[in-house]
Amino acid sequence: MTWSDHLVILPILLPLAAGALSILLDGRVRHGPATVNLLSTLGLLAIAWILAWRTLGPGSLADGAQVVRVYLLGDWPSSFGIVLVLDRLSATMLALSATLSVGALVFSLARWHRMGQHFHPLFQFLLMGVNGAFLTGDIFNLFVFFEVMLAASYGLALHGSGKARVKAGMHYIAVNLVASLVLLIGASLVYAAAGTLGMADLAMRAPLLDERSRTLLEMGGAALSVAFLVKAAMWPLGLWLPAAYSTAAAPIAAMFAIMTKVGVYALLRFGWLLSDSRSPDFFNAQWLMIGGLATIAFGALGALASKETPRAAAFLTMVSSGTLLTVISIGDLSLVSAALYYLITSTLAAGALFCLAELAERDLDEKKPAAEDQGELAVPLLEAYGLQEDEPQDEEVGVPVPAVLAVLGIGFLACTLLMAGLPPLSGFIAKFAILRAMFESGHMGRAWIVTAALMLSGFATLAAMTRIGMRLFWSDAERPPPKVRFIEVAPVAMLLLCCVALTAQAGPAMAYLRGVAEGLSAPSSYIEAVRNAPRMREPLAEPPPLGSRTHQEGAAVAPLIVPALAPAASAPSPASALPAPPAALPSAPAAGGAP
Amino acid sequence: MEIVIAIAIGILTASGIWLILRPRSFQVIIGLSLLSYAINLFIFSMGGIKVGSPPLLDPSQTDLTIYADPVPQALVLTAIVIGFATTALFLVVLLASRGLTGGDHVDGREDR
Repeated sequence: MTWSDHLVILPILLPLAAGALSILLDGRVRHGPATVNLLSTLGLLAIAWILAWRTLGPGSLADGAQVVRVYLLGDWPSSFGIVLVLDRLSATMLALSATLSVGALVFSLARWHRMGQHFHPLFQFLLMGVNGAFLTGDIFNLFVFFEVMLAASYGLALHGSGKARVKAGMHYIAVNLVASLVLLIGASLVYAAAGTLGMADLAMRAPLLDERSRTLLEMGGAALSVAFLVKAAMWPLGLWLPAAYSTAAAPIAAMFAIMTKVGVYALLRFGWLLSDSRSPDFFNAQWLMIGGLATIAFGALGALASKETPRAAAFLTMVSSGTLLTVISIGDLSLVSAALYYLITSTLAAGALFCLAELAERDLDEKKPAAEDQGELAVPLLEAYGLQEDEPQDEEVGVPVPAVLAVLGIGFLACTLLMAGLPPLSGFIAKFAILRAMFESGHMGRAWIVTAALMLSGFATLAAMTRIGMRLFWSDAERPPPKVRFIEVAPVAMLLLCCVALTAQAGPAMAYLRGVAEGLSAPSSYIEAVRNAPRMREPLAEPPPLGSRTHQEGAAVAPLIVPALAPAASAPSPASALPAPPAALPSAPAAGGAP
Repeated sequence: MEIVIAIAIGILTASGIWLILRPRSFQVIIGLSLLSYAINLFIFSMGGIKVGSPPLLDPSQTDLTIYADPVPQALVLTAIVIGFATTALFLVVLLASRGLTGGDHVDGREDR
């Protein structure tokens, strides 16, 4: 194992260390936390790109072959220990979250990071949770990283405080706490049914389960997918999203654009890992499509109805989430690559839109009375918790941009084109690729439904954005141009230029994503890589082959393990003490009862 | 034994769900706590309920059937810690909301 093999864990360790360090530096070193945060985020970007490069197979970009890198934590064998798995899909998602976070962070450095406490540590912990969720190889750690991500996002959603944020934040926290509990139910049901929490292990055992355990497994899967769909904001489960995203501070809302995609990622991952033979069909089923269509409709209507730009942007995030759910529900290989292209485009565009909205609405906001926001009780309590509402001070950071309305207008136009899926930008290519793949895959009936949904939602998006654009840029001729600095325009331009680059290089990008989809659709490479992950040190006792430890054979297998354990038990090494539980106990819920 | 645990989980879950649907933020937080107790018991019982069997390996005992499943116990510890932390966090938000609105309604104001 060379140093470069440890790169896999760095997307988790680096933000953890940077977050902890910036807590220590807070208040001691001027600009300390901001510097640490920026360096760590840039480092993550570099690492994500290196990792994406290293997962490529020996062939061309479009080659489905992939190098799956497995990182055994503490060098436990993969069937017992915790593993991180990096394949092309997770590497792509890591690169996307790193790119978005650089944009959001640079934007926040102009003034938003001073609006409350601990912005920088929370930002790093959010990144840690997101990266961990993309990398983890088992269900329970998926829960843990979801919690890390959500706990940081609770803090960030309230960043800057204020009545609206606290109210929306409270709803957001309550809904997501319940969703986490549902995720726990799902994880424990899966464990009860299959006797494992590892995704690769589960994918291998699922087809071999008997009827009783299968029912349990499918219930567990249903609970898991409900939890993922809350994160992905499917229609009845995603009503928390518009309020939470539209009240959050702009760079934070931009960062949140990746969080709905974490839910979509989990659905994709489980759906394809369990896609073999008799595996349950709970992650890509008919109802997922219905839910996705409902989400599109709800998001489009909401965008039409909303007056403020951030609120419209939040609803547009729901539209993109619904589109993704609809598309992945069909479960066709070419659709997955188109969906991933759409995912990347819509995430970057949503991030840019949240930032632009704040820039363009900046001095419109100041006309609103701010004083009524705080009740009488507010002041002492808020000071006690460090929650007082800091209106950002208008001190100069960087140089104001000339012709600011023109710059903002061009950015807004680009966002509109991307969101509505109009040519020439990558939003159009994404929707075109989706529709083409739909019609080529032969699901004619569903293809027409999806076509109608995409066209109508694109039309609604265009109408909503046009109306907002007219209000922002044309309604008030005497309006003084907002004070905007280069440091705020640059990240928005960076995100939009990424979309332009995706448009210009659509061929290679689609080829790469096709390779990602092929890697995803051949779960055997993932499963084999996790099973055969080499350990640094030779094990003292070789665990028996996994295939023999299925649920039905639980009772028969127990004696098989005993000889393997016996020499280990006398050895002092702790490494040999663990390998018992998952093998012997799956039958416990069924057989092991009290008298 | 199973039936006792099942009834306990059922009662806790039912009370928890009823409470999180109530309009007062304090009721919501108590409901979330009860719900997380129910889930913790549920995870615990998913390893199979065995009375008086150790979860740790004893070198002199090579018969694996006498052990309790240690994995759910480890999971439940993690879940307790995480649930505790998030509840504490929710409590802070609740207090902030109380300070900002002067009331404890989850929407920040009463429906009249």
